[in-house]
Amino acid sequence: MEDPVKHQKRLENMLRIRRFEEQVVRLSKAGGFPGHYHVYIGQEATAVTVCEQLEPHDMIFTTWRNHGHLLARGASPGRMLAEILGRATGLCRGKSGTLHLADKEIGMPATSAMVGGALPIATGAALGLKHRRSPGIVVAFFGDAALDEGAFYEAVNLAGLWKVPILYVCENNSIPPQKRRRGQFPSSSLNAAQLIDVPRALQIPSEVVDGADVDALCGCFRKLIAEVRTSASARFVEVRCTRWPGNVPLWPELPGGEWNLEWAFGAKPEPQDLAAWAEKSDPLLNYLRGLLEAGTLDRDIAFAVDARVRNEIADAVHFAESSPWPDPAEATRGTFAAERRT
Amino acid sequence: MKLNYSQAMALAVRESLQQDPNVFLIGSIFAGLSAAGRAAFTPLVQDFSSRVVPAPVSELGLCGTAIGAALSGCRPLLDIGTASFAFQAWAQLANEAPNIHYMSGGRTPVPATFYLMTGIRGAGAAQHSHRIQAMLGNVPGLQLVLPATPGDAYAMLKWALLESSSPTAYISHCQLLEDEHEVDLAAPALPIGKARISREGRDLTIVAHSVMVPRALAAADRLAAEHGIEAEVIDMRSLCPLDRETMVRSVAKTGRALIPDECHLSFGAGAELAATLARDAFSYLKAPVHRVATPDVPIPFSPVLESALIVTPEKIASEALAMLNFQKS
Ligand SMILES: Cc1ncc(C[n+]2csc(CCOP(=O)(O)OP(=O)(O)O)c2C)c(N)n1
Ligand SMILES: [Mg+2]
Repeated sequence: MEDPVKHQKRLENMLRIRRFEEQVVRLSKAGGFPGHYHVYIGQEATAVTVCEQLEPHDMIFTTWRNHGHLLARGASPGRMLAEILGRATGLCRGKSGTLHLADKEIGMPATSAMVGGALPIATGAALGLKHRRSPGIVVAFFGDAALDEGAFYEAVNLAGLWKVPILYVCENNSIPPQKRRRGQFPSSSLNAAQLIDVPRALQIPSEVVDGADVDALCGCFRKLIAEVRTSASARFVEVRCTRWPGNVPLWPELPGGEWNLEWAFGAKPEPQDLAAWAEKSDPLLNYLRGLLEAGTLDRDIAFAVDARVRNEIADAVHFAESSPWPDPAEATRGTFAAERRT
Repeated sequence: MKLNYSQAMALAVRESLQQDPNVFLIGSIFAGLSAAGRAAFTPLVQDFSSRVVPAPVSELGLCGTAIGAALSGCRPLLDIGTASFAFQAWAQLANEAPNIHYMSGGRTPVPATFYLMTGIRGAGAAQHSHRIQAMLGNVPGLQLVLPATPGDAYAMLKWALLESSSPTAYISHCQLLEDEHEVDLAAPALPIGKARISREGRDLTIVAHSVMVPRALAAADRLAAEHGIEAEVIDMRSLCPLDRETMVRSVAKTGRALIPDECHLSFGAGAELAATLARDAFSYLKAPVHRVATPDVPIPFSPVLESALIVTPEKIASEALAMLNFQKS
């Protein structure tokens, strides 16, 4: 058995993402920020277990669904929320908003909201690390629709040809294709039998892992990230997540309200699809139930961790909401970087 | 009949599907960002499901397949969606479709229509706010229609789908999708390539296109009400073909031209219009041609920052006033 403190920390890191995202949904519905957005509920375990394996010099690339990746890597929840609300104290001074959150300090220098947009860039970052003989590696997170884009194929082929240290993490959160309705975002519309058939054809060692099984995720990423480091070459993993019922394209919902810790202790959430998801597919509940059963954690500790996280996120919301708007003159600053000094 | 812009587009697609069996759709979201767009297109897509090819997120491939379908005798309408996604399709859109007819010695037409939703939409930030008409305007062989009203949204889409034999970028605007007007479907449509005088005036000409048309009209109302200034407003309707004549004729009357443009200032669509006037209307001009355009920076997310960049009726009106106070020294 691993150290209980480590499990508590992991639980806390996953909960932080969930509680953060709930506030994002609430703030959007309350008119706190304009535009569409995407949350990471149901996928928290992936970001957390990947980031546990990373070192400070590693780099991460993400997408429009980036909040969980930044939080797991240690970005400030307050400055992230301030960015989402478009405030001056935001991570990107109000320039990026939810879709493009980035934080160079933690190795997440740029976020593209174009499907597949970051894949060649992430591959190039790995090439750059190799060129500079850095011990760092790159992790690229992306959705299943990225495989629809030609950029995916080109990027993965280059990584294979050039042998660069990158882990491609495809988070497949699609509802099953037979349930997809016309007019929804097309997603996972790949003609291969499996997503990993494509990188495998390009000779990239590839695996599938269950995104609701924290132990499996830990084992998978420990192994793959070690392989990327020692072999300095690419790996691919498809994380299969069952789509959280609130993941409605463009405008997420919180069916059943805020996530309830009692659901780990026998209580059942209201809407039926959520109840089904909570029973089998929620990585957080699965993990909690396992820890409780093994006696690694008890009810009091679980509630204490949740309370701590809620306080932290409440502080972040307060920080963001009480932050000033940017100076409108900021709009025309920053198109070009200052020249390098010799 | 009262129609909003999205309903007008959906009606044009419906009638085109009914009238020509070679018309079909690739992709099915169209104006899906707006409630009006979804309400207009959802029933259409249901009624014609056998004429809709569902599309993965493959802009480059889709654009090429639309061109290919046109080469084999069809008249496809491809939903590229947000105009910023056209960059993914650029190789096909800018370097295949527009060249084919010319390169074939005039033998191979490409009757494909590319649906695009352009513009600063509000919170789209840098990657979902591009206006690409000026970039595409520099590609000979591509027709660019930019309807500003439901009437034109209807007529120009039907023209592209049923009459045109050349590739057409049909560029709607995120901020126009809900606009509702009285539309007379039976009235003869203004030919493609003809600009419309949307408001007559004697004191200056405002040369607008796309979302700039309603904003220029609002500016003109304000100039009239507050300053007794009568601005003439031109809706260019298409940038290729470009009706230089109507613009020059108007400036011959008013002596002043102001060009509001949602493109970035440098190399925007307004630059071509201004250059035309500087030459062809030189002898009529009482003041230099002015532009009010989006500053040359990527579009920021924060509402406070984004709104600082928007070309508003207020900015158009105050630029007009500045021009009218101009004295040749
Ligand atoms: C090039 C491009 N085309 C279309 C879109 C619109 N879009 C945003 S998210 C999305 C679906 C992405 O699905 P997936 O990659 O599975 O990621 P998920 O959101 O499910 O995590 C689409 C099509 C886009 N952002 N970029
Ligand atoms: Mg997905």
